[in-house]
Amino acid sequence: MAGIEIRSLRKHFGDLHAVDGVDLSIRDGEFLVLLGSSGSGKTTLLRMIAGLERPTSGEIHIGDQRVDGDVPPRARGIAMVFQSYALYPHRTVFQNIAFPLEASRTPRKQIEEKVRWAADMFSITRYLDRYPRQLSGGERQRVALCRALVRDPKVFLLDEPLANLDAKLRNTARDDLKRFQRQIQTTTVYVTHDQVEAMGLGDRIVVMERGKVRQIGTPQEVYEDPVDTFVATFVGQPPMNLLDTGDPSLPPRTLTGFRPEHFLPKSVFGAAEDLRTFRFAVRRVEYLGSDRYVYGSVAGSGAPAADATIIAKLPATIALAIPEGETHEFAVPRRALRYFDLDTGLRRKT
Amino acid sequence: MKRVALYAAALGIIAFAGFPFYWMLITAFKQNRDLYVGASDLSHIPWIFNDPPTLDHVKLLFGQTDFPRWVLNTLVVVVAVGVITVAVAVPAGYSLARLVGRWGERMGIGIFFTYLIPPTLLFVPFSRLISLLGLQDSLGALILIYPTMTIPFCTWLVMGFLRSVPWEIEEQAMIDGYSRLEVILKVAPRLIVPGILTVVVFSFTLVLQEFVYALTFISSVNKMTVSLGVPIALVRGDVYHWGALMAAALFTSIPLAIVYNAFIDRFIQGFTMGAVKG
Repeated sequence: MAGIEIRSLRKHFGDLHAVDGVDLSIRDGEFLVLLGSSGSGKTTLLRMIAGLERPTSGEIHIGDQRVDGDVPPRARGIAMVFQSYALYPHRTVFQNIAFPLEASRTPRKQIEEKVRWAADMFSITRYLDRYPRQLSGGERQRVALCRALVRDPKVFLLDEPLANLDAKLRNTARDDLKRFQRQIQTTTVYVTHDQVEAMGLGDRIVVMERGKVRQIGTPQEVYEDPVDTFVATFVGQPPMNLLDTGDPSLPPRTLTGFRPEHFLPKSVFGAAEDLRTFRFAVRRVEYLGSDRYVYGSVAGSGAPAADATIIAKLPATIALAIPEGETHEFAVPRRALRYFDLDTGLRRKT
Repeated sequence: MKRVALYAAALGIIAFAGFPFYWMLITAFKQNRDLYVGASDLSHIPWIFNDPPTLDHVKLLFGQTDFPRWVLNTLVVVVAVGVITVAVAVPAGYSLARLVGRWGERMGIGIFFTYLIPPTLLFVPFSRLISLLGLQDSLGALILIYPTMTIPFCTWLVMGFLRSVPWEIEEQAMIDGYSRLEVILKVAPRLIVPGILTVVVFSFTLVLQEFVYALTFISSVNKMTVSLGVPIALVRGDVYHWGALMAAALFTSIPLAIVYNAFIDRFIQGFTMGAVKG
């Protein structure tokens, strides 16, 4: 068991600054998710922790060992699961799981026990004699996790392990993964571009963009208190609404942000609620079963950004008819409003 | 209906591919009269035995030429060149694909270009080199020269093939407890078996059909390879011993066809992967 310390870590590929000065402190036993779009540097960061990529500068400590120099991957006490699972195609499931143990010259009997234990944990015992090509995606993913597990690693590194699964399977796999991590309590670093995975799995989320960390926090913090407009629009589906209301009570050049699920017909709110109301010109209503997405714009505020599309997300519990092409009274509770600087995008505390 | 068309097409292709073999077969066992009379007698049917088959040509090939000796020589050269090519091209292709990064590709292309230089241009400097080494008129000359053709192409082939084998499996092995060297020695070879097989088959094919270098460097009949000995011994002036020539072609190509067939799946895998991703 060990935490990970990363200090001003950089990785440059020629002119490309894939990881551009990252400081990160991962606690012992924590499930940390690196969230970012492709090219944000999250995978490069993970590969540097694994030792597959050599940092341009900076420090990485795993437990009390500094590993950024010449410590090879095998000596870092890590286990990794790749997106492709990287199973050895010519070895059976049993031999795949046993591979790290064989490499460390574990006695035969112990290997046998350990593989059975791990296979049992992921209920793949009946596939032990098969080859990877005979397995489905979900089964392969579990084999890869098993192989990671038997090493007794100090740290798990997972690179989009659910990305190759179909949507249905992904939910149960996510649940399995989280349960399994709680059970063994091993520090886990998980890379994904899928915010649902990030929110659902992470104890904390690190939002990355262009090699830099934008925000570190619990899923709740990242969602409710984004530090800038990038995080505000990157996390959340649909993204946070941002508009320049031109409100005289606010400092000039301020963006007002609110989540679509807070933007509801005024009649829904109780009388006691402190509201900011908008005249919402509804363009289109999208019926999605559990929700309705209402697209439109906020009319009459006179500000330049007022034409921007605003989305309201109405839960199915609000049965109110919203005719398209009309203007409605919508409102946001003032406690749900967030303010950002129009120029820097940074959060503004007002 | 679709099936009928499919089978018809398959049959057509089989006929197309099989016809040369059939022609070799009947020519090798036809009597000379049966072979040549068609030129003056238009009612003669060329693709069947009009006279009873004969073993004369086979006897000529085995009795009056050094054909068995040439086969043996060819085998020696093929095996030696194959071993040298695999030993050089596989590690070279591996390191170019995996370790050098961006320069790997450029070097790979550079190496491939050397393959494009025709033997007719190179045999002059090579002959000087061979005489300097005292290897004239020996199989050693061919064993030394042929890898100059096989290695560049095969390096490139292995490189292209390896790009299609995910690096991740080897990285996984490094995380699982192997050093890079152990990965190269223990894990990588299993992953590139189709690539290695392709290299072997390719150098095999190349050596079997090579003529220019063999003609340049070998002069003694008992040191010739099949591709050199057969035309030299069986084409005398303007007299072509067609029956014996076809018998030689038949006896060389049948074992080859069997070998190719045994590996055809992996061979295609190796080749197309290299082609698509290279």
